Amino acid sequence: MTQLPTRTEKKLGLVIDLDTCVGCHACVISCKGWNTENYGAPLSDQDPYGADPSGTFLNRVHSYEVQPEQGDAQLIHFPKSCLHCEDAPCVTVCPTGASYKRVEDGIVLVNESDCIGCGLCAWACPYGAREMDQAEGAMKKCTLCVDRIYNENLPEVDREPACVRTCPSNARHFGDLGDPNSDVSKLVAERGGMDLMPEQGTKPVNQYLPPRLKDRLAQDAEQIDILAPFLEPVATEAKGFLNWLDKTLEKL
Amino acid sequence: MTHKQPKLDLSPKVSDEIRKTTCYMCACRCGINVHMKKDPLGDLKVAYIEGNRDHPVNQGVLCAKGSAGIMQHNAPSRLSSPMKRVGKRGEGKFEHISWDEAYDIAESWLRPIRESNPEKLAFFTGRDQSQSFTSMFAQSFGTPNYAAHGGFCSVNMAAAGIYTMGGAFWEFGQPDWDHTKLFMLFGVAEDHDSNPIKMGIGKIKARGARVIGVNPIRTGYNAVADDWVGITPGTDGLFILSMIHCLMKAGKMDLNYLAQYTDAAVLINGDEKSPEYGLKLRDENGKELVIDRTTGKLTPYDQKGVKPDLAATHREAGITHRPVFHQMAEMYLDEQYAPEAVAERCGISAKRIRTLAAELARVAFEESFELAHEWTDFRGEHHTTMTGRPVSFHAMRGISAHANGFQTCRALHTLQIILGTVEVPGGFRFKPPYPKPATAHPKPHCKVTPNAPLDGPHLGFVHGPDDLALKDDGTPARIDKAFTWENPMSAHGLMHMVISNAYAGDPYKIDTLFMYMANMSWNSSMNTTGVQDMLTDTDESGEYVIPRIIYSDAYSSEMVAYADLILPDTTYLERHDCISLLDRPICEADAVADAIRWPVVEPDRNVKGFQSALCDLGARLGLPAFTNDDGSQKYADYADYIVNHERRPGVGPLAGWRMGENGLQGGRGGVNASQLDNYIANGGFYVEHIPDGANYYKPWNADYQDWAVKMGLYDSPQPYLFSLYAEPMRKFQLAAEGHGDRQPPDHLRQRIKEKMSPLPIWYETDQQGNEGFTITALTQRPMAMYHSWGSQNAWLRQLHGRNPMYMPTNLMREHDLKDGDWAEVTSPHGTITVPVMEMAALNPNTIWTWNAIGKRKGAWALDKDAPEATKGFLLNHLIHELLPPKGDGLRWANSDPITGQAAWFDLKVAIKKTAQPADAQSQPNMPPINSPVASAPDELKWKVGK
Amino acid sequence: MHPAPSVIFFSTFSGLGFGLMIFLGLGMPATTGFNAFIFFTIAYLLAVGGLISSTFHLGHPERALKAFTQWRSSWLSREAWCAVAALILMAVYGAGLVFFDQRWIIIGLLGALASLATVFTTSMIYGQLKTIPRWNSPLTPANFISLCIAGGALMAGQTTAAIILLAIAGVIQVATWLRGDTAFAQSTTDMATATGLGSIGTVRAFEPPHTGTNYLLREFVHEIGRKHAQKLRIIAISLMAILPIVFLLLPFNHFMALFAVVAHIGGVLTARWLFFAEAEHVVGLYYGKR
Repeated sequence: MTQLPTRTEKKLGLVIDLDTCVGCHACVISCKGWNTENYGAPLSDQDPYGADPSGTFLNRVHSYEVQPEQGDAQLIHFPKSCLHCEDAPCVTVCPTGASYKRVEDGIVLVNESDCIGCGLCAWACPYGAREMDQAEGAMKKCTLCVDRIYNENLPEVDREPACVRTCPSNARHFGDLGDPNSDVSKLVAERGGMDLMPEQGTKPVNQYLPPRLKDRLAQDAEQIDILAPFLEPVATEAKGFLNWLDKTLEKL
Repeated sequence: MTHKQPKLDLSPKVSDEIRKTTCYMCACRCGINVHMKKDPLGDLKVAYIEGNRDHPVNQGVLCAKGSAGIMQHNAPSRLSSPMKRVGKRGEGKFEHISWDEAYDIAESWLRPIRESNPEKLAFFTGRDQSQSFTSMFAQSFGTPNYAAHGGFCSVNMAAAGIYTMGGAFWEFGQPDWDHTKLFMLFGVAEDHDSNPIKMGIGKIKARGARVIGVNPIRTGYNAVADDWVGITPGTDGLFILSMIHCLMKAGKMDLNYLAQYTDAAVLINGDEKSPEYGLKLRDENGKELVIDRTTGKLTPYDQKGVKPDLAATHREAGITHRPVFHQMAEMYLDEQYAPEAVAERCGISAKRIRTLAAELARVAFEESFELAHEWTDFRGEHHTTMTGRPVSFHAMRGISAHANGFQTCRALHTLQIILGTVEVPGGFRFKPPYPKPATAHPKPHCKVTPNAPLDGPHLGFVHGPDDLALKDDGTPARIDKAFTWENPMSAHGLMHMVISNAYAGDPYKIDTLFMYMANMSWNSSMNTTGVQDMLTDTDESGEYVIPRIIYSDAYSSEMVAYADLILPDTTYLERHDCISLLDRPICEADAVADAIRWPVVEPDRNVKGFQSALCDLGARLGLPAFTNDDGSQKYADYADYIVNHERRPGVGPLAGWRMGENGLQGGRGGVNASQLDNYIANGGFYVEHIPDGANYYKPWNADYQDWAVKMGLYDSPQPYLFSLYAEPMRKFQLAAEGHGDRQPPDHLRQRIKEKMSPLPIWYETDQQGNEGFTITALTQRPMAMYHSWGSQNAWLRQLHGRNPMYMPTNLMREHDLKDGDWAEVTSPHGTITVPVMEMAALNPNTIWTWNAIGKRKGAWALDKDAPEATKGFLLNHLIHELLPPKGDGLRWANSDPITGQAAWFDLKVAIKKTAQPADAQSQPNMPPINSPVASAPDELKWKVGK
Repeated sequence: MHPAPSVIFFSTFSGLGFGLMIFLGLGMPATTGFNAFIFFTIAYLLAVGGLISSTFHLGHPERALKAFTQWRSSWLSREAWCAVAALILMAVYGAGLVFFDQRWIIIGLLGALASLATVFTTSMIYGQLKTIPRWNSPLTPANFISLCIAGGALMAGQTTAAIILLAIAGVIQVATWLRGDTAFAQSTTDMATATGLGSIGTVRAFEPPHTGTNYLLREFVHEIGRKHAQKLRIIAISLMAILPIVFLLLPFNHFMALFAVVAHIGGVLTARWLFFAEAEHVVGLYYGKR
């Protein structure tokens, strides 16, 4: 049924740390690799060696430049995949029931054998999380690696999404955001995790940790004052310096 | 209403088998799990690649390139068979031939050379990870002309580190990620050691510790840096010396560390008349002399109980000999290094420089800590704890690829050392087999004898004019003029000069150019168009000026079209390799490690690993290293070499599972015929941890030294002092001042005196001839691409299929440019016409683009209209291997005068808005080359299992 | 949004077809026999032709029957039910008129209601989408329904009603455009909320995730031809409402009626093209485009 479950037992999702993501695209390709070989149809690529290559990707890394009122512009890498919303509009618009939200863990999935490829779910998603595979004619989206996270053929430590497993800078975290005591929930609480487009009312499960304050050594008068005494000269001339050195060495 | 959902198989089979090998999508050498699955026909195929969690380098993570390995392995650009050229050079017309015929051709070219004059072969290997093997081939052949690509990559960083402290960054060492509280990163660094640095930044960030990025461009690691210093390119050395000035002036140095572990207290000969003026005072055993603070006496530095005195001088025969530290104080306390004096040139305010220096001092000295590890130093003094100074640094090509890069890298190492943060907890740590000082490395060898091997290894570290690679008549012995007065300390050779020197016949003509994995007709050369002309130009007799070119590559790169004979290499999943301690190791600061590659799939084409081909070719040529006493072939293939070769008794290419008296052991040991199986069973690598208490203070730590000897890293303990004062440089200065028999040519005397300062200096790179060209143009490599290889990868090329020229907001406004407009970018050497994009987080006088995205039409099995070929472009067209003429009748190399490192990042340009070219393609727009491989598919639906 | 021809044709022609059915169901005109047959054939050709055209953009039209399952939540599923209901009811009703000379009023009224509901559900597929502020308004169903009824009146030869309804549809169309032009700005979704980075400063898209295009950009970020929007709007409103009204006000003539219908269809097609081409999906924000 394309109606949303009234509640889910868990809220599995990702926490993405915008303070740490270096924009390396490791998660993008790891996702492409896993999901090409696994869940459902392969993620196809059209014109892969040609003038206009275009393939299906379930996770893409954007980058934004932010200009504060004062100081240097900042650059922020911004990975984006399905946010597994609590109030997922992509699910309710689906005419066939192919799109659904799992009761057990809240993962939003597409049952490809039921998908007619109308594209309406992608229209309803504000985040661009769904892509119609051009070869398969069915909608593809992040599965949160549902075929990894419970997979008994994988060692327990590997039962996490491919993008999380591969992320070199550990900017991606996976867990139950419905459990306030989970590591991910604590991280969100500590670092002020945020919803994307909260006004859309989708209640995303995935959370983004905002970048920490930057360029404080240049901006923050308090820090500069604290640091000034560290460069108090011991002498201004080389000769005076060597005298100082002599005295200091005696104390060593 | 109940919620209905389909029943899912939550435990589908992941693979039929996992084969563990080593990645080769860049030079990082991560461990990978290659998941093999049966296809519908029942054949095992590569289905998925992920990082190996047990591997010391990547600990399970894997970058975009690594994860896209499957697309590299099945790329349509793979060469399929040996080929000989049938068209003109540069056309790309080839005929497929057998390996036998290929070897016959190669032998017919190489045998006469070896018998008459082996220097007529120039053998250069680009992104080679088997240099200890390929150099053995060249050495056994007898040519002096061998090197890999270090000279146009980051030799400044490597050599400056070795000469200063016995190691540099990346393969040599790493920050103590678990303890550091301040990490300062200089220049573009995303291109080397990529996963470990990302992992390290992740650890620092998780702790909320500070990252400071010093880079004209705020992308990648600099984007996540807590503080960004958008420095003017080429002024890093000045900025660092200014911070050193501030720290010294404030007495914020680790004086104890400087006295105990560095040459700061070593006395320098002060006798201006002596031929040893400026050299270190030594005893009869060659040990540096210091004044012991306890006794006030002159003594070798390493005696038990000696406390070297940083302040004391030594007066003898009316001459005062002063310690290095005096000279440093005199030099760096000078107001020329005051923040106010350098601020404008560096593009960093004086206040900011002071704040940054103060923060370094605060963290190094206020946040210092003790680790409860007991250890004994080389003087026999016992320490109950290890002092941590949690400041660490990293830099790679960003500060290296300037003509002042060597001294800049030296300055950075000096900064680390005066803060006392090298080889201490929280600071920078060496990875075995480093620390290893320059004196423990070989010297360069160049003595050529027909029909005989060279007299020793090609590359090494010079310690004075006597070690230069000069012929008896004083002319360069090597085709690349490495180890000559033009660039005496060129430890990695100068691959970027080979083709132009060979073309010019300067210092001499060669007969055969033999290259491996080096895209010299495209992105790996300065002056790309010029190099193409050199490769195709003929002399009066109609013969090519460079008569023969043999090239080995796995893929249809731009260089293939310019070769006469092609030896097709395999993909990295089809080959044996060893990532050897003899070569460019993969050790961690806490462990020694090496690794292999092995054919997780057999090639389905008529190709052969290049190293195996060298085993065959070496035997055909009768090279001693490749033949048995009876003349038969010594190594059947590369795997055979890896297992059976011994460089020194008990030391082979691989350190794991060697045969000891009581069975298999790591480190030293005899040949073990099943060594590769042992590696495969262990996941493709070998790792052994350094005992606690031996894992910091390594150059001076007795326990570490003993362990290193046991492991075969050294043959005897060799503690040493860090060289703040680089004595070999002083020796070259002495020669330039007229001392000694080997004398530089007069036109180089002044330059050697100025640039070879034994204490780090900063100088403006040569800008004569650059009038009107005021903007610095840089490239950096995207984290998801490696050189030109990524473009043939269907997944990676979607990430970076073209490259705009990024320009700072002020230049966009000044030139009335909008995103997507086109601009002419001109240097004294050439012009390119390219699309532009605005970037605010950029030094206001710098433009930049991604490196090696632009492709030649027809290469890499891409469509002729591929965006890489139509919109993408190379900056290389603007860069010449020589500087603009100065009017002195000489042409000076666009390289560091100390090491010969290619000065890619000294490029200065002018920009002008222009109309979009009529064909909407970036210019120069070169004609297509023929593709020697079949055309690529229109669609990919890659799925092995069902 | 990408103005896919299949969807433009579908919504235009099926709207017209169901509009005609509404009038036929109401007994306007009250024809029977062959005349009725002609009217019903036209209505069915338009409605069913439109529906078939709509399946051209499906990836898997063979699974279309599954679309009947989710009527509780999905407007597209409801549309399927309504369309089938309308087509069956009107078939029964039409059979009565054509073959039995009977007008089964209740069935006709129900058929008209189902036809109206079909067009309403179609419009709600678009109108429900918060992601496209230009569409997310009661004006979207008003726009679809008013055009459907006006077109139906025109097709059904209800001259007076058509003149009035075309005028109303024209006014609603203009109102839809005017409101739509400010809808995105008023939706409060912008780069700052999309990225969550607004608290730091002004957000600008830097490098896109891929240098090439992708499904999202093709489907949701349509910028081509927007610069001609004002001209196209004048053409659309002229063809859709003004010209037909003028033609209908002239002394009655079959050719004039035909011109009015053709002009109207051209106008609605143009308006529908604009409906998609001008619609800005919030996902464009992530690409710095909207």
